Amino acid sequence: MPAPFILDRSSVTQVMAWVLAALLPGIAVYVWLFGPGILVTLALATVTALAGEAAMLKARGYPAKPFLLDLSAIVTAWLLALSLPALAPWWLIVTGTLFAIVVAKHLYGGLGQNIFNPAMVGYAVLIVSFPLQMTQWAGPLELTSASLTLEQSATVIFGGDVPKTTLDAVTMATPLDALRTGLLQQLTVDEVMTQPIFGHYGGTGFEWLAAAFLLGGLVLWALRIISWHVPLAFLAGVWLTAGFLHFFDAGRFGAPWFHLFAPSVMLGAFFIATDPVSGATTPRGKLIFGLGAGFLTIVIRTWGGYPDGVAFAILLLNLAVPLIDQYTQPRVYGGARKGKEPQA
Amino acid sequence: MLTAILVMVGIAVVIGLVLGWSAIRFKVEGNPLAEKIDAILPQTQCGQCGFPGCRPYAEAIAKGEADINQCPPGGEEGVKKLAELLGVEPKSLDETHGTPKPKSVAFIDEQICIGCTLCIQACPVDAISGAAKQMHTIIAAECTGCELCLPPCPVDCISMVPLAEDLPHWKWKHPVIELKRVA
Amino acid sequence: MSRELFRFKGGVHPPEHKSESSTHPIHAAPLPRKLVIPLRQHIGQAAKPVVNVGDRVLKGQMIGAADGYISAAVHASSSGVVTAIGLQPVPHISGLPDLCITLETDGRDEWIDHAPLDYRTMAPAELRMQLRDMGLTGLGGAVFPSAVKLDPGTAHHCPTLILNGGECEPWITCDDALMRHHADEILQGVAVMRHLLGSTEILVGIEDNKPEAIAAMQAAAQKVDFAVEVVAVPTIYPGGGAKQMIETLTGKQVPSGKLSTDIGIQVFNVGTAHALARAVHHGEPLISRLVTVTGHVLRRQNFGVLIGTPMHTLITLAGDRDGTTGVLMGGPMMGVPMPNLEVPVVKATNCILVQSNELFPPLPKALPCIRCTRCADVCPAELQPQELFRFAKAGDFGHAQEYHLFDCIECGGCSYVCPSHIPLVDFYRYAKSEIWAREKEKRAADLARERHEFRQFRLEREKKEKAEKLAAKAQAARAQAAQDQTRRAELAAAPAAEGAAPSDADAKKALIAAALARAQAKKAELAPKNTDQLSPDTRREIEEIEARRAKILEQARQPLDTQEKN
Repeated sequence: MPAPFILDRSSVTQVMAWVLAALLPGIAVYVWLFGPGILVTLALATVTALAGEAAMLKARGYPAKPFLLDLSAIVTAWLLALSLPALAPWWLIVTGTLFAIVVAKHLYGGLGQNIFNPAMVGYAVLIVSFPLQMTQWAGPLELTSASLTLEQSATVIFGGDVPKTTLDAVTMATPLDALRTGLLQQLTVDEVMTQPIFGHYGGTGFEWLAAAFLLGGLVLWALRIISWHVPLAFLAGVWLTAGFLHFFDAGRFGAPWFHLFAPSVMLGAFFIATDPVSGATTPRGKLIFGLGAGFLTIVIRTWGGYPDGVAFAILLLNLAVPLIDQYTQPRVYGGARKGKEPQA
Repeated sequence: MLTAILVMVGIAVVIGLVLGWSAIRFKVEGNPLAEKIDAILPQTQCGQCGFPGCRPYAEAIAKGEADINQCPPGGEEGVKKLAELLGVEPKSLDETHGTPKPKSVAFIDEQICIGCTLCIQACPVDAISGAAKQMHTIIAAECTGCELCLPPCPVDCISMVPLAEDLPHWKWKHPVIELKRVA
Repeated sequence: MSRELFRFKGGVHPPEHKSESSTHPIHAAPLPRKLVIPLRQHIGQAAKPVVNVGDRVLKGQMIGAADGYISAAVHASSSGVVTAIGLQPVPHISGLPDLCITLETDGRDEWIDHAPLDYRTMAPAELRMQLRDMGLTGLGGAVFPSAVKLDPGTAHHCPTLILNGGECEPWITCDDALMRHHADEILQGVAVMRHLLGSTEILVGIEDNKPEAIAAMQAAAQKVDFAVEVVAVPTIYPGGGAKQMIETLTGKQVPSGKLSTDIGIQVFNVGTAHALARAVHHGEPLISRLVTVTGHVLRRQNFGVLIGTPMHTLITLAGDRDGTTGVLMGGPMMGVPMPNLEVPVVKATNCILVQSNELFPPLPKALPCIRCTRCADVCPAELQPQELFRFAKAGDFGHAQEYHLFDCIECGGCSYVCPSHIPLVDFYRYAKSEIWAREKEKRAADLARERHEFRQFRLEREKKEKAEKLAAKAQAARAQAAQDQTRRAELAAAPAAEGAAPSDADAKKALIAAALARAQAKKAELAPKNTDQLSPDTRREIEEIEARRAKILEQARQPLDTQEKN
């Protein structure tokens, strides 16, 4: 084995472990504000993902240990779980996770080969196939008349016998759903925003969740696990597009701050769009990728058939990555600078 | 209605003139496809394909008279390149024309050579020097390893010597990463 | 000193491990019994041997002459007798042997007559040829013949001369030691370089982890009669790469595919300057150099070593230890593993790094690329290593070149940071060498095509000439016939003349037959003697070949036989 003979300490496992660690503040806030149900979802998704990964590795003839230890399956599981409604039924979680791991990841060639973000593929499949179950969100505890313990949440998720009144008491529409429904009822944004679910910026509870993901994302950036390009461009894309629309018709379009702190944008910007495997690789490409995904997110939220657009926006941009990369190759050392011949 | 027809006819005439002019102005000499095929062929000039040299084989391929898998020195890789150029499916080498061998050069045993010049006449690239009743020698740098000099030699003094890997010709190998056998 | 420094893109910070060897004084390695001196120690044409086996040679005597412009001579490192000229193991990654001259030293270490060069009065071209014949090459690692680099080319001067004391590879300290102890001589060499290149600005770049070397060089710079700026540059790997040193000191980048002299800058290693000073002021050819012996040995230090000294003697000298897992020539980032320890120290040997499992744990197995682009972040050539890897792995060399594969300096930074532990540089080396090989093949094919076409043309021409000759002959005959109808007897001679041709052929064939008989007799004498212990496979193969030969012979003889019967 030729040079170099020394390695930095970094490893795929270490990268993935930091991503998981950076999700912890978000999860803590989730539990604090929405109840412990998410823990059941996370656990179920993790177990399913590991089982699916192990089975696929075996079927494809790869050794299980190094690939299970790289933790990438768990990252996928957690990102999907955090995108699902907290009290989603168990079969929804299992279906989504398995689809993400088996189809979106391994059928494309496994770690490093998937062109689409597996978690987002899982999410997209679920929201297209089971729109009803995918919109039953647990409301923030502040606003709900009842709360569930961990055991009760597990019972709900595993389809146990729970009085429908209890369930109705803890679930409610997300701010994005509420806005969408309100606008469809010909209300103005300001009128819709008077509902208690909307809080200060992105919705009661949800804005704190977004802040926690932002914090985790900043940690990842500080550790150089992710570069600043994608998250910043993504947030800028969301903010600029939403701001542009809001500026021209504040009655029909939500405020940019609302869109930034509404569910899933922060998670998408720092944890999902930054997935290196399915994202752009060049610095300029990353900016285009982020801006495009942010722009499409708002377009889909505003005019699309689904309440949230982060997943579809990222999947669409995943599709464009080879093209983006090809046309954004940076100048190399000693290469010609733009509009300026190298001094010779 | 009439105007429309006139306009269409007018356009047709103009385009026809432009096409006709450019056919004369930008006329391509020779057969560019055969040229491109010839550039891919290894130029061994060994005739194993059944044609007297690489160029005739290239022309035959261009005309569709020969298949792309008749060149053993070009190997599977050559077939692949030809398939890519011609936009056809690559196929495996036709064994009836021979199998690829490691690159070799001819070597004349000067103890045995009688100086008959038959090999000189057979060499397609004039890589054998010598004259009647003089010892012949292979110019190794110019030998393509076609083996055409072997059959005419009346005393069997020519042998093929595979090119050994030495330091100036050493190549880096494709690194092996065995994902499937990670412990 | 407040020179504005520039930061090149990328770079890594591997653990330095410099103090282990740099704190000890330089020791002279003892004279070994045997010296093996490879003829190919530099980039370019290998030297040609100019001595014979059995010759007695003196220390500093040229034993291999430079072959061409980009080449350098090699010299006997000590006095003794040439015992062999042949293939020997050399320090090369392939492990393949190369042509070497082996000397049995006589212990007298007797110098050949040598005298300083009066470089100021010599014509530059003459001085450069002299330096080439003294075997001067770069000692920083690339071993490019110095005489070529000392030619400023058509510009006739090279305003900026950079002396590279970066030594950014971990573990290596030979340049550091040289600067600490021989700063004055280094600057004497710089004076010669300055003379040849016409440089007006002289910069010495030294990484700031070598304060003693910086101090020594600054002290020496005070003593010379020209301005030398000693600059401490930040320690970052590969800051000692020539292109990186140029950017750090001047902010300029060498344009892709061009040389630094194209932007008026030339870079030399400090060791090269020292060797140049020894050559010019003492008339000594390049026969020794400083070598760091470090890693898994008892006494890590720098040795003054004669070129050709077997590496194992140095390791023994430094105190070998149990648990050695391998030996590198060079540092851990770009070093080359040695096939065995018989290989000699060559001009490129800056460091012998002994590995052990504690110092260099086996590298973890590779995982697939996750396109994290850490490699792109650290690449000093500002490439996209993840894309190059993809192309090289798939054999898509055209794309690899489009993505500037040949701007890669193989520093190993990408492999160092890769979280998937992919040996990226290996893939680039593979792709480069494959592309070179293909270009060579292409050239060979073009040559063959050209020669074949010329042959076709020649045959055509000969045929035409023959036909013309025949036609002329026929016409002459006809003319004669028309002119002189009376001499009909002469006319009959024409068919007779035609008949002469076959008889000519007969004579030829008879000659061939005679020669054949002679050759066969000879061949019988030359019956192969190595057919005794052969495997059945080989035997069968031989039999097959013999059968084929017999058949061919028979075919060759048949027409002769029939002719003889006639």
